[in-house]
Amino acid sequence: MQALYAQLLVGLINGSFYALLSLGLAVIFGMLNIINFAHGAVYMMGAFCAYFLLSLGGIGYWWALIIAPIAVGIFGMILERTMLQWLAGLDHLYGLLLTFGIALIVQGIFQNYFGSSGLPYAIPDYPQIGDWRGLQGGINLGFMFLPIYRGWVVIFSLVVCVATWYLIERTQLGAYLRAATENPALVRAFGINVPRMITLTYGLGVGLAALAGVLAAPINQVRPLMGADLIIVVFAVVVIGGMGSIMGSIVTGFALGVIEGMTKYFYPEASNTVVFVLMVLVLLVKPTGLTGKAT
Amino acid sequence: MKQFSAFFLSAALSVAAATGAFAEDKTIKIGVLTDNSGLYSDLGGAGSTVAAQMAIEDSAMAAKGWKIDLISADHQNKPDIATSIARQWIDVEKVDILMDVLNSAVGLAVNNVVKQKNSIMINTGAGTSDLTNAQCTPNTIHWVYDTYMLANNTGQAMVKAGGDTWFFLTADYNFGAALERDTTAVVLANGGKVVGGVKPPLNTPDFSSFLLQAQASKAKVIGLANAGGDTTNSIKQAAEFGIVAGGQKLAGLLLFITDVHSLGLKVAQGLNLTETFYWDLNDGTRAFSKRFSERMKTKAMPSMAQAGVYSGLIHYFKALEAMGDNPHDGAKVVAKMKELPTDDALFGKGSIRADGRKLHTAYLFEVKKPEESKGPWDYYKLIATTPGDQAFRPLSESTCPLVKK
Repeated sequence: MQALYAQLLVGLINGSFYALLSLGLAVIFGMLNIINFAHGAVYMMGAFCAYFLLSLGGIGYWWALIIAPIAVGIFGMILERTMLQWLAGLDHLYGLLLTFGIALIVQGIFQNYFGSSGLPYAIPDYPQIGDWRGLQGGINLGFMFLPIYRGWVVIFSLVVCVATWYLIERTQLGAYLRAATENPALVRAFGINVPRMITLTYGLGVGLAALAGVLAAPINQVRPLMGADLIIVVFAVVVIGGMGSIMGSIVTGFALGVIEGMTKYFYPEASNTVVFVLMVLVLLVKPTGLTGKAT
Repeated sequence: MKQFSAFFLSAALSVAAATGAFAEDKTIKIGVLTDNSGLYSDLGGAGSTVAAQMAIEDSAMAAKGWKIDLISADHQNKPDIATSIARQWIDVEKVDILMDVLNSAVGLAVNNVVKQKNSIMINTGAGTSDLTNAQCTPNTIHWVYDTYMLANNTGQAMVKAGGDTWFFLTADYNFGAALERDTTAVVLANGGKVVGGVKPPLNTPDFSSFLLQAQASKAKVIGLANAGGDTTNSIKQAAEFGIVAGGQKLAGLLLFITDVHSLGLKVAQGLNLTETFYWDLNDGTRAFSKRFSERMKTKAMPSMAQAGVYSGLIHYFKALEAMGDNPHDGAKVVAKMKELPTDDALFGKGSIRADGRKLHTAYLFEVKKPEESKGPWDYYKLIATTPGDQAFRPLSESTCPLVKK
């Protein structure tokens, strides 16, 4: 039973990565109608950005949490301005193909220069207050040894997810954004700069992925293919949750993390496929996903 | 007139036949079949092609009248892709010898193709000891290491140091299974016990769930029967969950220097591992590795798999030179290679056994502490040396059909 609690918690931790990544995807799909296959690549860029900040500039983890998402977000906005904006109004397929191509190019460049096995990035050991050495070490919960860093990842991701949901669903800015996707011409008539809003939204979605990348850097190796390995699962999460549904992707992200964790305990061989089996089942019963609306 | 032309024709034919008999075929085509883009691309990949190129240059075969072509391809760690490339290479491109072929599933699949088509494979990257055991062929040489040797060296050292209960984290494909099987045999033979195991799928980014199961098993040693990115991720996450700090030991059964580089000494320090090549062993290895590293985009030092590509090709060239020309007959060339003793700057003196097993010294290393390392890639301390004839599976235990009993 104790082992089961531990697996639940570990599942929740993985779920927080899924949630953060699928949230960005949902925002981009909901607002721009683009299936952003470059999401894995920007997640990887976030991790690399943290690595560069540390190794080249001596800038540590806490600053990286702020700087990396902004830097990668700007990269995303440049992408949107120079390429993606021309696809507005076209079929989803064009966006998917373009972003997939971008992802392959970005991953290829990183792999060419940094190899495939990755670079080390340590868990931050500051601020040091009393016995606490930053996020290193762990707490014995009785049923498991919980690394402090993992606990931090869950809490931090939850806060970011809820804040993003609030921004889009409950604020004036979010209301404009949702209106702009429904009827851009009308919103423009009110004097709102719709293209700029779209660019900023793409930047936000990409920034969220980069943030997840920084969070992942101390857990996994900083590897060029870290995003490629994860992106398919994250897409499954978005599809199960309902394309474009913000809350759906957050909840599904955490839930699937837990289900995957359970599978790793009871039948490890299936842990890579359980998410897709679920996706098939959900799509058979409800083709729009759990919380998606038919369009 | 008719008689004259018949005479002329037969004369022409006999001249042609005579010149044909004298024209030695001195063309060679080498194919490096490896993982250029996946989780094993650092330990083989582009570096294997660089090593092959260096072997061609260093052998000076061109100056002796040989014409050598080198091609390479990415098998993407998929046996079906690998076998279709191998068939295309041998049938259409007329490739004489396949090098590297890392990943055990890929290695075993290509092994069959190479035998069917009487070509040659010098496998330097795959781990499974089945290549020279039940599935040995007259066309394959297993050059660098195998699961039996790793188990025999690292496994035995760990059990003798008091690690008598084991839990396995095993990559879920042929290599992992072979490594677990061979290590289990060594653990049991030395009075140890295996208390459990778990099989995470290949290329798993998060091992925490599996590591928790290993932790709960209370085994003294957690045997990592995986490779590449899977091993580095499991070691890193084991440190995070306080597994080593809690008193359990990690046995990285297969670790390449590229993995240690990627982990960083802070995380990797103290790990025991077995290799048959290390760049800083002697003047010969240092000279080669320096030249190799200069050619690499990542400035990496060679892994033992890449060094094996160089060493294997040097020996292949030696056999062809001894034969005088290239008969394009795989089994015949391999037989010649087995006949000749091996000797090169990287692996030293050795031999190739009847079952296709290349024998050379194996080294047990310990990864240095960060303060002990003098610079980049200075990672290993030598703990023990095992001569080639003791490091690998004895011929008497082999189930290879080529071995007469």
